[in-house]
Amino acid sequence: MRHHRVSIPVVALVLALATCVVQGQGSTVDEIAKYRAALQDGNPAELWEARGAALWKDKRGPKNASLEPCDLGLGAGKVKGAYAELPRYFADADRVMDLETRIVWCMVTLQGYTEADAKRGPFGGPDRKADMEAYVAFVTSESRGIKMNVGQSHPKEQEAYRLGEKMFYFRGGTHDFACATCHGEDAKRIRLQDLPNLTQKAGAQKAYTTWPAYRVSQGELRSFQWRLNDCFRQQRFPELLFASDASIALTMFLARNANGAPFDAPSIKR
Amino acid sequence: MADPMKIRANVVGDSTEVKVLMSHEMETGQRKDAQGNAIPAWFIQNVAVAHNGKPVLNAQWGPAIAKNPFLAFKFKGGAKGDKIQITWMDSRGEKRTDEALIS
Repeated sequence: MRHHRVSIPVVALVLALATCVVQGQGSTVDEIAKYRAALQDGNPAELWEARGAALWKDKRGPKNASLEPCDLGLGAGKVKGAYAELPRYFADADRVMDLETRIVWCMVTLQGYTEADAKRGPFGGPDRKADMEAYVAFVTSESRGIKMNVGQSHPKEQEAYRLGEKMFYFRGGTHDFACATCHGEDAKRIRLQDLPNLTQKAGAQKAYTTWPAYRVSQGELRSFQWRLNDCFRQQRFPELLFASDASIALTMFLARNANGAPFDAPSIKR
Repeated sequence: MADPMKIRANVVGDSTEVKVLMSHEMETGQRKDAQGNAIPAWFIQNVAVAHNGKPVLNAQWGPAIAKNPFLAFKFKGGAKGDKIQITWMDSRGEKRTDEALIS
């Protein structure tokens, strides 16, 4: 936990800045864009990609096997471009799976982990690095530049999309919030951050194709899963269970809406 | 064992541009954990870069450097295929050395 002890002059400065921001909203957005561009060159997400690529080949788990033969939807061992077509229906599991769920599946079937072990601690924190985030960084990096192409051919894929759409507009929790409360109109923001309008093609594409991202403020690589979890927390919703049908459905809805845009992550965000 | 560095080195005109990402917590010693105990300082103290065995940069770092630091610099000379060797040492005495070829 970072401790923030803010002195009074700093508060005054922040208030002064906030006033400037209200007057010059456009320039703040430009400055944040410039900040991101400056960071792009040395994006620490590459450290996660490299770690994930090495872990992917490592022989691990009770069966002492690597994840290399894992079928991410394009055939066993094919990682390139796989993320651009996820989530999708997998006949062997008879369900729709997103990337994380599929990696858990491969950890169970190939490496012999129990499902509970494979799902444990999916997000890194101050004292521990999460292998899952490294796997995700590696696999997603192999789809960079490839156009999003999430299918709807199987009835279960259509069902997941419909469920995800319903969740997106579903209002609930102590704050009577829905995802659409913040992400259903243009030019909404949370503090200084512009929020994408996920009901419009451009907003949905830009948002989905730039996760995972290295969050400079957290010093961690964060996956799209994490983004959904944190949105749920901010809405005061019950915790979105990792690799649950609910999280897969919501991912399906948002991934499918990004179709046609080239995938551009792992990226870097403030 | 710390994770490997990510090193890129390219010839730009008559110089070589080196860009390196290091994986390190870079604890300042100022933060406290959930129980209120200070988290001990732990940061990279020294970075040494050699080009074909000859030192081209030696840096002394402190706790003000960010987590997972990125370092970019240029030095005169260097040709394609030359070896760049980078070593960091942190305040616990842990070390990591990685190499890359100039491209």
